[in-house]
Amino acid sequence: MASTVSDRQRAAYVAGQAADARVNIELEAEGMTLNIGPQHPATHGTLRIVVRLDGEQVIWAEPVPGYMHRGYEKLSEVRTYPQVTTLINRIDWLGSFCNEVPFILAAEQLMGVEAPPRAQWIRTILFELGRIANVTLFLGDMGVQLGAITPVFYAFRDREHVLNLIEGATGGRFHPNYDRIGGLKEDLPKGWIDETKDVMKKVRGFCDEIEDLLMGSEIFQARCRGIGVIPPAIALEYGMSGANARASGIDFDIRRDEASPLAWKSCDWKVWTHPDGDSFARYWVRLQEVREASKIVDQLLDSLPSGTIQAKVPRIIKVPAGEAWVHTENPLGEMGYYVISQGGLGPFRCKIRTPSFSNISVVPWVLRGVFVPDVITILASLYFILGDIDR
Amino acid sequence: MTHLFATLASPHIHLAYWQETLIKVVLVLVAVPTATAIIVQTFLFKVMAYMQSRLGPMEAGPHGSLQLLADGVKFVQKELLAPERADRLVFGMAPVIVLLSTFMLYVVIPVGPGGAAENLDTGIFFALAVSSISVVGILAAGWASANKYSLIGGLRAAGQLIAYELPLVLGVVGVVMLAGTLNLQGIVQAQASWHLFGHTILGLHGVPFVIPQFVGFLTFLVAAQAELTQVPFDMPVAESELVAGYQTEYSGLLFLFFYIGEFGTAFGLSAIAATLFLGGWYLPGFHAHGFGGDLLGFGVLFAKTMAVAFLIFWIRFTYPRFREDQLQAFAWKLLIPLALVNLGVTALVKVVA
Repeated sequence: MASTVSDRQRAAYVAGQAADARVNIELEAEGMTLNIGPQHPATHGTLRIVVRLDGEQVIWAEPVPGYMHRGYEKLSEVRTYPQVTTLINRIDWLGSFCNEVPFILAAEQLMGVEAPPRAQWIRTILFELGRIANVTLFLGDMGVQLGAITPVFYAFRDREHVLNLIEGATGGRFHPNYDRIGGLKEDLPKGWIDETKDVMKKVRGFCDEIEDLLMGSEIFQARCRGIGVIPPAIALEYGMSGANARASGIDFDIRRDEASPLAWKSCDWKVWTHPDGDSFARYWVRLQEVREASKIVDQLLDSLPSGTIQAKVPRIIKVPAGEAWVHTENPLGEMGYYVISQGGLGPFRCKIRTPSFSNISVVPWVLRGVFVPDVITILASLYFILGDIDR
Repeated sequence: MTHLFATLASPHIHLAYWQETLIKVVLVLVAVPTATAIIVQTFLFKVMAYMQSRLGPMEAGPHGSLQLLADGVKFVQKELLAPERADRLVFGMAPVIVLLSTFMLYVVIPVGPGGAAENLDTGIFFALAVSSISVVGILAAGWASANKYSLIGGLRAAGQLIAYELPLVLGVVGVVMLAGTLNLQGIVQAQASWHLFGHTILGLHGVPFVIPQFVGFLTFLVAAQAELTQVPFDMPVAESELVAGYQTEYSGLLFLFFYIGEFGTAFGLSAIAATLFLGGWYLPGFHAHGFGGDLLGFGVLFAKTMAVAFLIFWIRFTYPRFREDQLQAFAWKLLIPLALVNLGVTALVKVVA
């Protein structure tokens, strides 16, 4: 049977495989090329980083993303607006609800619809719960990357409560698919508010515990302080955002600094920054972020308005022609959707700006000159999620 | 010298040399896997699970008590894979060398007044010497695997194990000075009759050397932790950096050898620490002789060993790991000077008092 692959294509494939094999096996005279990933325990996913070593010191590093590319931007062009949320749930899979919000806000902006206050309040609460579910895992996982296996189990234990809350409200633990244009899928279940307050206490307890157990450890500090320092200028140059930028001393948080229909402005919380810009600063800022998020949730639960959760929208959603850019402060950083509509059932073009993709672009700069163990620390502290890089 | 469990055999039965040797070999061969099983089941499965607020193995047998059997069977039936470019002979030999060092460590541990597989006059010297053989195996494994991660792991292990031999030995020398002998039985006897500046503690006869040699005990524990490549000194196998270091390419039975080597040595070094610093098989206030004494001594040593092992594993489950340069700095700039100062003070007190 004749093959559909031409000889030329086959030769190109073989050459590509051979090049990969060389990276894996050859011991070059000038330094050694170490291929970290795509299958490696530290890359949590399929990020590949090729580093050239002199002894154990990195002289050159290059991230190779794309092993998990699922083409969501293209796929969303052949979906209707309500269907797109199912896809984009899977971008940052640890805080899925946060992915839905900016897209829905962009669609609402194009349609000129605004969700009622109660819906906005619940959106904000779930947004912050998504942040807690996401960042608590980082707080534990950083320990695993440093060799301390215990904190991650505590993180999973307390994250479970938050996931239960998300499940209780939305029906989905990982992929809620709860946000709708003009409102929400349904109202909060009975007793959810009291339970959430209990869980927020547990989350703050977890923060204290991890601060004591991991962040206070001398070895943790020795491994993280002064390691992977990113000055503010470099952070801006590479388009870093979120906690990574704030750890470099850039005092910017979209929740506080820009207008949004969501309810962050109505509560009292603080944006933390750290002047150092090292791995420790990134960890510290995220820890404070979880604490602030739990405070936001508490305040919003107290001021939760009554009323409907769904604005009037047509049964079949058609978005008028136009363009909209909406971005929010997601757990990993600035996430935005640039939606172009031509009046159809689905977006004509949907550009997704994900924070991790920009955040790891600093890797070649920051890894130069560090040692192999610090490569792992720095990557862990930059905190990327593969779905968020490749989308 | 003392026959193996000499009191077991009545004076009328005299075992030939080969018979005695055979019994000793069988006993050591049984002791190492048993000790490994106890360590893994107790600490790695249950204590670790308790510390991490989870259950650990629960399905195989009551409370997961047969999990080890299942794991063992799994390892044995797995295919022995070797990378294409591996040096087959060295690749196969490396885990055996590591295992050998573990088995030889058990030879000199005294479990009772008459019980030790071999009561060498140079007991502790022998134990430290054979425990350092494993470096050869680990370096060989790292080199022969034809894998860059293994190579880095092997080299890290070599650097680390050599750096921590020194504090391990220096921690022991203080005890040897106090006891005046290298013989492990002699060290236990010395603790049974030793008095702190002529005083007993709580009226009980004998003082464990952990009291006069507390710094030595700490040095020994830290160095033992590094010898076992346990957290916070586990860079050679750092699973988040080097996949599994020098063990990366090993599978099946050969991996099991490394596994037994690691946890068997953990028990062995804990037993040595218990013997050197906690009085070994000696229990203050009891002076049993004969087979009963051996049996009691065995129980006492086991309890002390488990206490030391608990310390080692507690640290393992709590701390993050060092970087190699920090580890080397810790060994050469802190641990070794501390041990040397301890030695000087010990010598001074010994001469003056």
